[in-house]
Amino acid sequence: MRIGIPKETRAGQTLVAATPNTVKKLIALGYEVAIERGAGELASYYDAHYEEAGASVVDAAHAWAADMVVCLDAPSLEQVAQMASGATLLSRLDPQNNSELIAECVARNITAIALDAVPRISRAQSLDVRSSLMNVAGYRAVIEAASVFGRQFAGAVTAAGRVAPAKVYVIGVGVAGLAAIGTAGSMGAEVSATDVRADVADQVQSLGATFVEIPVQQESSDGYARELDEDDQARTQQVYAKQAAASDIVITTAQVPGRPAPLLLTAEAVSCMMPGSVIVDMGASDLGSNCALTKPGEVTVTENGVIIVGYTDLPGRLPGQASQLFGQNIVNLLKLVTSEKDGVPVWDEEDVVVRGMLAARDGNLMWPPPPVQVSAAPAPAKPAEAQAPGQAQTDAKAKAEGASTAEEVQEEPSRFRGLWWKALLGVLAVLLIVAAPASMSSHFIVFVLACVVGFYVITGVSHTLHTPLMSETNAISGIIVVGALLQIGSSDPLIVGLSFVAVALASINIFGGFLVTRRMLKMFERSSK
Amino acid sequence: MSGSILALDSLSAGAPNLVQEILNRSESLAYIAAALLFILALASLSKQKSAMRGNVFGIIGMAAALIIVIVATTVEGDQMPLATLGFILVAVLIGAAIGVWKALRVQMTAMPELVALLHSFVGAAAVLVGINSFLATPGDGTYEGAFHMGEVGLAVFIGAVTLTGSIIANLKLSARISGKPLMLPGRNLLNLLMLVVCLVCIGWFVATQGVDQGFVPLAILTVVSLILGAHLVLAIGGGDMPVVISMLNSYSGWAAAMAGFTLGNDLLIITGALVGSSGAYLSYIMCQGMNRSFISVILGGFGSDGGSSSSSSSQDLGDLTHTEVTPEEVAERLKQAKTVVISPGYGMAVAQAQFPVAELTRKLIERGVDVKFAIHPVAGRMPGHMNVLLAEAKVPYDHVYEMDEVNDDFDQVDVVLVIGANDTVNPSAETDENSPIAGMPVMRVWDANNVIVSKRSIGNAGYAGVENPLFYNENTDMLLGDAKDSVEAIIHAL
Repeated sequence: MRIGIPKETRAGQTLVAATPNTVKKLIALGYEVAIERGAGELASYYDAHYEEAGASVVDAAHAWAADMVVCLDAPSLEQVAQMASGATLLSRLDPQNNSELIAECVARNITAIALDAVPRISRAQSLDVRSSLMNVAGYRAVIEAASVFGRQFAGAVTAAGRVAPAKVYVIGVGVAGLAAIGTAGSMGAEVSATDVRADVADQVQSLGATFVEIPVQQESSDGYARELDEDDQARTQQVYAKQAAASDIVITTAQVPGRPAPLLLTAEAVSCMMPGSVIVDMGASDLGSNCALTKPGEVTVTENGVIIVGYTDLPGRLPGQASQLFGQNIVNLLKLVTSEKDGVPVWDEEDVVVRGMLAARDGNLMWPPPPVQVSAAPAPAKPAEAQAPGQAQTDAKAKAEGASTAEEVQEEPSRFRGLWWKALLGVLAVLLIVAAPASMSSHFIVFVLACVVGFYVITGVSHTLHTPLMSETNAISGIIVVGALLQIGSSDPLIVGLSFVAVALASINIFGGFLVTRRMLKMFERSSK
Repeated sequence: MSGSILALDSLSAGAPNLVQEILNRSESLAYIAAALLFILALASLSKQKSAMRGNVFGIIGMAAALIIVIVATTVEGDQMPLATLGFILVAVLIGAAIGVWKALRVQMTAMPELVALLHSFVGAAAVLVGINSFLATPGDGTYEGAFHMGEVGLAVFIGAVTLTGSIIANLKLSARISGKPLMLPGRNLLNLLMLVVCLVCIGWFVATQGVDQGFVPLAILTVVSLILGAHLVLAIGGGDMPVVISMLNSYSGWAAAMAGFTLGNDLLIITGALVGSSGAYLSYIMCQGMNRSFISVILGGFGSDGGSSSSSSSQDLGDLTHTEVTPEEVAERLKQAKTVVISPGYGMAVAQAQFPVAELTRKLIERGVDVKFAIHPVAGRMPGHMNVLLAEAKVPYDHVYEMDEVNDDFDQVDVVLVIGANDTVNPSAETDENSPIAGMPVMRVWDANNVIVSKRSIGNAGYAGVENPLFYNENTDMLLGDAKDSVEAIIHAL
């Protein structure tokens, strides 16, 4: 099958859907690749490189007439009209808002694959173009900030005095946010970050940044943060404003595909910031931005000297890298559907990843897909997708959570039963203590305290030591020998006989247990040297 | 059938003399010392550095308790002191001989079996102590007496369940009986029924007076508890064995604690409770590692609904093909790799491959390859089993990682070498909802560039009896044959 890579036509689009590197991989999957003349030039990939990699360089009409067309931006209706009936289109189609385009694909019997509709499950991570581009954008956001910021990022003690490191504050810790944190951190800045999902704190800290708690907390059930109600929004805005005033650079990453980005920094918040400080608004768009004063696509300076970067094409400012990552996503997708490596893709609707991306097929409208099992369980009716759209790092977590919620549903009865048991045991225990002869009460106290101690002494036990710990406790439980010994002095021969056996059995435990523990620990000692 | 043997009772009977008083005081002292030393022992054992010291604490504590109790029994017993002492020494020596012999002989790979077996001894001892306690002071119609009988009943019950449960676990682990879960129809009902019978017997037992009356309910109780213990563990699949082992460990502690209640002995209660609750916590950690609820593990069977059959999910893998590699090719790939992760499982233990694996690791590290071991929390047949084996083979433990530490980084790994692991690297836990192991955290080795699975044969499913689609992946190659031979061949080729 022949894959056509047309030159992107949107003004300012510098990316290309395949690089010489990914062309080679596509050919290895059994495809032919035809690339439009000059398609990669803006990303510094020249036609000669593509030819070297095995692609044929063709004109626009031929690229669009291929069996499968891959492009970044959703094509115009005219471009779709150039495609052959029965062909396949891979692009960021945004089917939710592009119903006309999808209808055209249906009418022309074109199989439409929406690259921006990859289900958020970990298996699909490697083909999620949103994650790839947001990752690049997060890096670039820091670079843009650094270039307009009048000082350096890293702190230093020089002969001419001490230079404090720049303070960078990242709002929204998705893929873009994490990339920004990492980049700013590696440049020496002091980084803090905030997200409405408290569970990303670990990720923030793992990158050496500080997590700033906000009064509103969400548990993400689908890997996305949800949109906040008005009260919560006001409260979070206060935190943002306070943090922003104390920071040199603020990077906001909240985006909602196809909808206005949430407002994070009000005009008032900006007015409290220091002159010379920088806001990079990654949510900037004509529909709305994260900062009230942002002019999309431009760099502006406010009255109080705060520089606001509103570029909307951050990935496009790293075209080589972004194209390579995008191209690799395409390769990964085609790998998934071309298991035979024969250049014939099989779009298996049983596969949730493929099904989620299918917008049109064989003249049938396939959008919207049925909800993916993982995030389907208890999600709110319509989870608004706030924050950077593409949070691959949280995917695994989202999936785990999805799985656990699914399990919750399934295990509801047994969990309930578990509770019932616990309550019953509690009641029994109370009854027992009340009913017990007075002489017993001290034993109960001892028993309960020992239970608690036993629990606490081994919390935090190192995983490597589970086995030795177990054989040690086993040896110690040989203390039952004491019971047997107390009885062996009896005058009743039967009791003496039984005690004798019990002492022998328990002794096996004591000697065997301690010795075997010692043997194991000796090995650990050696291996630690 | 009369004559109290309880130390406390004989104390009150005897005239207050100095020897008695000293003995009494030193007994308390020794008990307190022993209890503290046991707590210290467990606490020290949770850290690598202090672990050895912890074992010594345990030994000292046990020695202190033993000596004082032996002295006390010898002096206070109803018999000739020398005869009693002789009895005790012979019994201890027999036990010590067997214990030492077992401990020195055991292969590290067979550790789970040994630990299971040792648990059964505690269970047996608890049953015997319980029966003795009954024989010595049977029900006398008083309230205290009835309470004592209840304690005896519970001690025998827990002890008996531990005894047969551990024996079955031992037999399963040493492969003398099949590791497959035994699925009797209505097994949960059966368990419940047996439990009810046991409770009824305890109730009946409590109401009896004298040995003759109490004997029948005690006998029924013992037999039913023994059957219950066996059935519980028979119904648990091999994959859940780490949980079972630590659960039995916990039970053996509770059995000792109950025995302590029947004798009114605080040292037994403390130690039993320590072991019981720490064992329960370990089981909890294990359950978390497998993403399974404790209840569903002890109620037995792999798969929470019990009815799930593993065969259904294996059918569609029938016509898939796998690719094989030779050890020489593997060696070549390892040489080229920058990062290598080795993921061992029970198969490594069975083949005794830990030594060649350690040597391979050293060779690769010398070549500048970044080698990590990724250990699944339930790899092997008991908690921490793999760590023990790797330590035995002197793999430096800063190269050994837990699953969670490496699981997200597999996509940056050049070669993953899976040695004798199966269920812990089975992608169907994540992808196939109907799989019996669905939801269990697994190592995402399939994200790596290349996965090499060393395995005896392709058709051999893991302990859970689930087919593993990993073996048929594009980036997976099978290195079939005995793990030890395979790894040695790789080393040779390097």
